[in-house]
Amino acid sequence: MTAHLPILPVILPLIAAALCLLLPWARAAWLLAGATTWAVFALAAALIHRVLDQGSLVYALGGWPAPWGIEYRVDALNALVLLVVTGIGAVVMLYARRSVEREVPRSRIPLFYVAYLLALAGLLGITLTGDAFNLFVFLEISSLASYILIAQGPDRRSLTAAFRYLVMGTIGATFILMGVGFLYMVTGTLNLYDLAARLDGVEANRTVRAGFAFLTVGLSLKLALFPLHLWLPNAYAFAPNVVSAFLAATATKVALYALVRFLFTVFGAQDVFQNVPLGTVFLALALAAVFSGSFVAIFQDELKRMLAYSSVAQIGYMVLGLSFASVTGLTATVVHLFNHALMKGALFLAVGCLAYRIGATRMEAIAGLGHRMPWTFGAFAVAGVSLIGLPPTAGFISKWYLVSGALELGWWPVAVLILLASLLALVYIGRVLEAAYFRKPSVAEELQAEAPVALLAPTWLLAGANLYFGLDTRLSAGVAGEAARALLGGPG
Amino acid sequence: MAWLGLYNYWLVIFLMMAGFYVVIAHGNMVKKLIGLNVFQTSVFIFYITIAKADGGAPPILTEGLTRYANPLPHVLILTAIVVGIATTAVGLALVVRIWERFGTVEDEQIPDSDDPE
Amino acid sequence: MIEPVALLALAVAVPLLASGIILGTDRWPRVRDTLVVSGAVALLGVAWALFLAFRDGARPRLELTEPLPGLALALELEALGVLLTLVAGTLYAVTAVYAVGYMRANGEPRQGPFHAWFALALAATMGIALSANLFALFLFYEVLTLATWPLVAHHGDEKARKGGRTYLTVLLTSSVGLFLFALIWTWQAAGTLAFTPGGILAGQVEGLSLALLLALYLFGVGKAAVMPVHRWLPAAMVAPTPVSALLHAVAVVKAGVFTLLKIVVYIFGAEWLLSQPSASWGVYVAAFTVVAASVVALRQDDLKRRLAYSTVSQLGYVVMAALVLVPISLVGAALHIAAHAVGKITLFFAAGAIHTAAHKTRVSELGGIGWRMPWTLGAFAVASLSLVGVPPTVGFLSKWYMLLGAWEAALWTVLAVLTVSTLLNTAYFLPIVHAAFFRKEGPVHGEAPHHGEAPAMVVAPLVLTAALTVVLFLFPGLPLTLARAMAGMTS
Repeated sequence: MTAHLPILPVILPLIAAALCLLLPWARAAWLLAGATTWAVFALAAALIHRVLDQGSLVYALGGWPAPWGIEYRVDALNALVLLVVTGIGAVVMLYARRSVEREVPRSRIPLFYVAYLLALAGLLGITLTGDAFNLFVFLEISSLASYILIAQGPDRRSLTAAFRYLVMGTIGATFILMGVGFLYMVTGTLNLYDLAARLDGVEANRTVRAGFAFLTVGLSLKLALFPLHLWLPNAYAFAPNVVSAFLAATATKVALYALVRFLFTVFGAQDVFQNVPLGTVFLALALAAVFSGSFVAIFQDELKRMLAYSSVAQIGYMVLGLSFASVTGLTATVVHLFNHALMKGALFLAVGCLAYRIGATRMEAIAGLGHRMPWTFGAFAVAGVSLIGLPPTAGFISKWYLVSGALELGWWPVAVLILLASLLALVYIGRVLEAAYFRKPSVAEELQAEAPVALLAPTWLLAGANLYFGLDTRLSAGVAGEAARALLGGPG
Repeated sequence: MAWLGLYNYWLVIFLMMAGFYVVIAHGNMVKKLIGLNVFQTSVFIFYITIAKADGGAPPILTEGLTRYANPLPHVLILTAIVVGIATTAVGLALVVRIWERFGTVEDEQIPDSDDPE
Repeated sequence: MIEPVALLALAVAVPLLASGIILGTDRWPRVRDTLVVSGAVALLGVAWALFLAFRDGARPRLELTEPLPGLALALELEALGVLLTLVAGTLYAVTAVYAVGYMRANGEPRQGPFHAWFALALAATMGIALSANLFALFLFYEVLTLATWPLVAHHGDEKARKGGRTYLTVLLTSSVGLFLFALIWTWQAAGTLAFTPGGILAGQVEGLSLALLLALYLFGVGKAAVMPVHRWLPAAMVAPTPVSALLHAVAVVKAGVFTLLKIVVYIFGAEWLLSQPSASWGVYVAAFTVVAASVVALRQDDLKRRLAYSTVSQLGYVVMAALVLVPISLVGAALHIAAHAVGKITLFFAAGAIHTAAHKTRVSELGGIGWRMPWTLGAFAVASLSLVGVPPTVGFLSKWYMLLGAWEAALWTVLAVLTVSTLLNTAYFLPIVHAAFFRKEGPVHGEAPHHGEAPAMVVAPLVLTAALTVVLFLFPGLPLTLARAMAGMTS
């Protein structure tokens, strides 16, 4: 059993998805999906423990050795991503029962969980696989399931949002496929680590460059890097609350992981950042993302849209760290990937609590609710402070690494911009908190009570994690640092 | 005329751009999906044509066969085709639902923001 | 006897726990209010025990976690920290009584959360006082900002929201934009952020860089209210008076000047700064703040706003004295932290008592009020004298040390500023006292025309703190010892 540890997180949700399809009862489907996600989370925990103990794990799928068969390889980086994705997936499942019952027609609930499990399996597959084509397939599995999940939103505009995401997502995936094709033309291999070794021996020619370009653009689309982020705000704003929380915390992160994997493991930092001016391009795009996302977020009157735009900005931070191409910068990227999943997860879940109680997530609707729903807004406040990046929350740790990374390179204007940008987050989070706590409630809201514990407990689990990982960073920053050193130390 | 020898790439580029153009230029969602299909097909053709070896035989194990086409891209593209079909199916399902809820599949006729009735 | 290390933890944990318990017992106001006061008294006990441990030579260090490699969240006992712990602990105990009385008498809404945030703010202040390095200090500093925002915006009307917004924006912008930047810069230059006698930047940063870094700190520590980052202080006066009293005369602003003093002494190193001519401009910025804020205070009719600008000016004294850099002046700065805290809290208490009893908030309305509220206004008079620097009050002592320091450093501008601002202080405080006792009462309007003193729970604390200004003049041994230990002078 333990020998198969690297593949189990992918297989388990796939099987469970098939079983779920056979279940006619909403509650049973939820139980199965919930049990599966928690089991996968436990597996991820076991995996990261093993990897930190013994180093990378290599698993040959079906017993076929590496360059011919599909290889799964787990190192510090993807073990951490795996932990984040499964963790969020499991916590969100706790929340899902009440929330989904409210938002999705009862007859469709089992199917909803099928899509959820498929999305999870796809994301975990991307994270674990060491094969470029396999990665594309999992990317599409997760994307297709996400389109379906988003389309379940209660508002009819969730359909158009899902359709737009489908079109953009498919273009991105096709670009990735094209890129993989170019690399295969040159090297005749699809294994990421084999690719890395063979590309090392190849003079950088136009075919490699083309493959590189296609991959980068395709993945940037999937991870919603400015200006390829247009699908994201609507998709997150109109999806069911559970889906917004899950996808915001995981989907773009996994795409980012894939980008990091290609850039650093396959192409190598040397090639990417010294022979091609990718660092400069990413730096510019990331800063544009940070500022445009934050500015637009300030003017949103709908909380979920606001958070969605904030996600665009936060992705900017992650890409920013990447563009430094230094150990500190890359650590910042990975740490922020981890921390942002916690903050955005908590924020979307808190907004979900709000939607559950008052059926609206607009700014006007929340006036004075802070005193009526203290736990909901408490969680929002904690996660919001983390988003701004103030101590003692997880967000501060990300910011610290990011600013250190910039100063290390002597890029102090960038450091100043990062700090300025976090003040923009202060504005949009502050607006919400001010309205919730210091505005007089309208009469209609007099009777509102706190959200049910079934929703609050998972929300606070994530909010509490924001505090915990602000103080104890052995798991987040510790592993991220190790991953960054491994990535820059060359392939393997 | 070396570039004529690379006619398969020209074909791929033409299909890709044509598909991309349809996706961007048309407001009709069904047409967008068709464009998306053409776009994807270009990559399928790309994969299949790069598998061809000059003077290569079909990759079936026979005595004395030394030069044969690479079978792997075909296999890959089979998978990609399945993915493409699934995408189209989901896309069409969404279009049907959009038709039911909005009464149109034209992008411009769908209001950017409406308050749910 | 509790271990000194445990005391360190308790200093932060007691108010933190109290905060939670207060929130939990919100349904039973009597129980809650008892707990508010007993929590404060317990904290005072801890602060006192810490002082005793310090006097006996204990220097405990407590490391909680290490969120960033090499940067621990650690607490350590140190002279200046003990001073702030004692000042804040003592005055919190007094304020807790006052706050309970004030909130009840004015029928304020949401008293439970109010007291809970209050206790949380104190926990953060204790953390600031006892931080072993600048990183831990920054962490508590930000917690303090966040914990006091709900207190400032407590009333929830447009004015309070606006005040709260200014408060939060100025403090967070300065701390994130400048302080944090300086922090990371220091970390990269020196490789440590531990508070070290003699500083950690000697020989690492000099010339123009040093001037820039000093500016980042000087304006980044917004809580010290060096002009032009003082705007949050008057804005915060929309808060209920106990908040203004403790937080904006003691905890928040003192945390600010405390931080600057710590940075000058233990990060830059006073001697290193003294040897660098590029760092000499700071003292003039502080001097300008002292004079300018006093002038503005003169023109304020709102009593609390006048006190607020007076605070800006008094904080300027501390910063200025710290940047004079000679040891005797550092002693003056540390001493003034205590002196101003005791004096200013009395004044704010008095303002609150006047508001509670007479519903008056303007200086021009105070004619003849001294005869109705003799205790309150008597205390007000004593505290004003202390802030002006007249013996026998503690304000005289701190000003004396500052004058000595300026003399020793031969900074004539500072000497002049100290003299001029003393006159200005007199000019904005004494007319209030004069009007209260020697002018006729204005026409009565509104309710409570025939008021007397405010409730005993409100008046007793302010009499106590006024008495303290005199007591500290007569027995200055305790704060002086601590101040001298910080400045590296053995007595």
